[in-house]
Amino acid sequence: MDDSKFWPKGTTRCKPVHFGLWMLFCLALAGWALVSAFLCLYKGLNQTNMNDYFAFGVWIVVDLAIIALGAGAFFTGFMNYVLRREELKNIINAAVIIGFICYSGAIMMLGIDIGQPIRGWFGFWHANVHSMLTEVMFCITTYLIVLIVEFVPLILENRQINKVPDLHFFAHNLHTIMIVFAATGTFLSFFHQGSLGGMYGVLYARPFAARGGVLIWPWTFFLFILSAIAAGPSFTTSIVMITEIVTGKKLTTHKVKMLMAKVSGSLLLFYLVLKIADTLYWAFVQTPAMGLSPSVYYQAPYGTWLLIAELGIGGVLPCILLLSPQVRESYWILLLAMLLNCFGVTMNRFVMTIQSLAVPVLPFEKFYAYLPTWQEWGISAGVIAYGFIIFSLAYRYLPVFPQETKLNPTTD
Amino acid sequence: MSSSASEMRFGMVIDVDKCTGCGACSVACMSENNVGVLPDETDKIRSITWLRVYQIDNGQPYPNTQIAFFPRPCQHCAGSQGHHTPCVSVCPATATDRDPKTGIVSQIPTRCIGCRYCVAACPYHARYFNWYDVPWPEGMDKPLSPFVAPRMRGVVEKCTFCFHRYQRAQNKAFTSGEAMGEMDYQTACTEACPSGAITFGDLNNPEHKVHELKKSPYAFRLLERLHTDTAVYYVSAREWVRRQADNYLSGEKLAKVQAGGGH
Repeated sequence: MDDSKFWPKGTTRCKPVHFGLWMLFCLALAGWALVSAFLCLYKGLNQTNMNDYFAFGVWIVVDLAIIALGAGAFFTGFMNYVLRREELKNIINAAVIIGFICYSGAIMMLGIDIGQPIRGWFGFWHANVHSMLTEVMFCITTYLIVLIVEFVPLILENRQINKVPDLHFFAHNLHTIMIVFAATGTFLSFFHQGSLGGMYGVLYARPFAARGGVLIWPWTFFLFILSAIAAGPSFTTSIVMITEIVTGKKLTTHKVKMLMAKVSGSLLLFYLVLKIADTLYWAFVQTPAMGLSPSVYYQAPYGTWLLIAELGIGGVLPCILLLSPQVRESYWILLLAMLLNCFGVTMNRFVMTIQSLAVPVLPFEKFYAYLPTWQEWGISAGVIAYGFIIFSLAYRYLPVFPQETKLNPTTD
Repeated sequence: MSSSASEMRFGMVIDVDKCTGCGACSVACMSENNVGVLPDETDKIRSITWLRVYQIDNGQPYPNTQIAFFPRPCQHCAGSQGHHTPCVSVCPATATDRDPKTGIVSQIPTRCIGCRYCVAACPYHARYFNWYDVPWPEGMDKPLSPFVAPRMRGVVEKCTFCFHRYQRAQNKAFTSGEAMGEMDYQTACTEACPSGAITFGDLNNPEHKVHELKKSPYAFRLLERLHTDTAVYYVSAREWVRRQADNYLSGEKLAKVQAGGGH
């Protein structure tokens, strides 16, 4: 089957059989997720290893991580459309697609995670304005709509669809007003990234998670925003680089990647300064005031290695690398630095979710550990498979990278 | 809403030195509130016990070992120092609320979406998620209480201080035209306790026993330092028991942070 007439003009793609095999692999992962989802919906959340101590599990970790990593969409959009960094138009489409995948994937996952999925809309209907989670629900949903609006023009630019005059003009007109959506997306994203952090900071009876703050916002509100906008551009760029490695093509100039790296590194530095200050205050002032010593927080298997992994390997190290001009010149070390940055933010979300719940608050309670079941892994893998499928289809059939034809001249 | 602004504040004073750990309170609570028995009750981090009895010890070897029991219902926190009730403020669907008139933290299972954020917020582990459909074997549905709706899978439930009994007492007071008396509204666990360790009433009402009991120099609450402002007081003359009600740094004196006795 020849699908070349659907490929972006002036580009080549791998053979349909290779693409089909890759899709088959992704669909197998998605099948695992579907079986897991069916079991969780039919038999209940007893199919997981969550319990009344670990009320949140791997799904919330993955949710928070992919939403943070998906922040590349709004922040790249903000820099491109609002701050007018024109060179970022070469990566903005990829950022939007990745953002769309992350947010829609997270919402699908949450649909399985809540005990009564059919009542998911109660959060809108019976909204509790005091709850950070209410704000998250509203902003994630509305931002997903913004992402869809940003994604639609790209879909309409498919070589065949774009031949329909009405759709061509519709896509063009959407493009011209994209600044409005980019600004809306920035506003919404800032708030829900913050509210996700706020969700933990407001747990004032959970000493590991609790933080002071300003007005109604705990410090975690601001730290989550900063860590997301520091990691988001790194994630977007590393996905582009991995796509380049897999396809053997150059999709953006290295200058674009270096700019994303510089933005990421600078924001990461800003984040780390505040995060380290927050950690020191939390460990040496706030925790003793609650009658605890930080050693209570770090018990096997959640030892201090988590702190080193999060702030050292996933924080200070990528920060140094990303801020070093020589490193940014090197393709492979740049990719490593960006992946480490993504690892750091993922670890932060893991720690804030799992370790917060593992630490006993009542002195006569036990310290529990948690390991997900295959059903929980299945659904997590399903979100990744979903991302692979959407991004692969988008890359194959849509003009995602404006510089691709120039950087990879073909004889056709 | 702080406790001082409540018209009434129902609460308990539990005498830890009188509690024998018999578990009658837990059983009475389960029966009164239609708490089911799950397929695997050995899985204690998933089983539902609105009033759990914790056993603690003084950490000393035999023959100096001493034990005590902490019956732990929902603490019906009010929150203080600018905080709301920990669980109420986080629920996205307003499925739990604190009634400022009674100080009772309610739970509306039919509105709960099962996100479990409240479970994560509660440091007392007083909130339980229904991980399973509760099996009611043939005939076991007959003794179900008609006053409390059984819960479905996928929602959170917890102790309500037998709120249906409060409603019944209110109805009685309304029809009789007399004020609701202390003994008109008592929780099932209070009635079931054979050693009289649990006393229930309005903490704000000087005519109720709890009003006086909570002023005992030996009264304390669980995790006072977190400022949850709970409605459940404990009493114990043993210092090592009082010390286990909260977290202390090694070498930190109990009296320094002890805030029991007043609310």
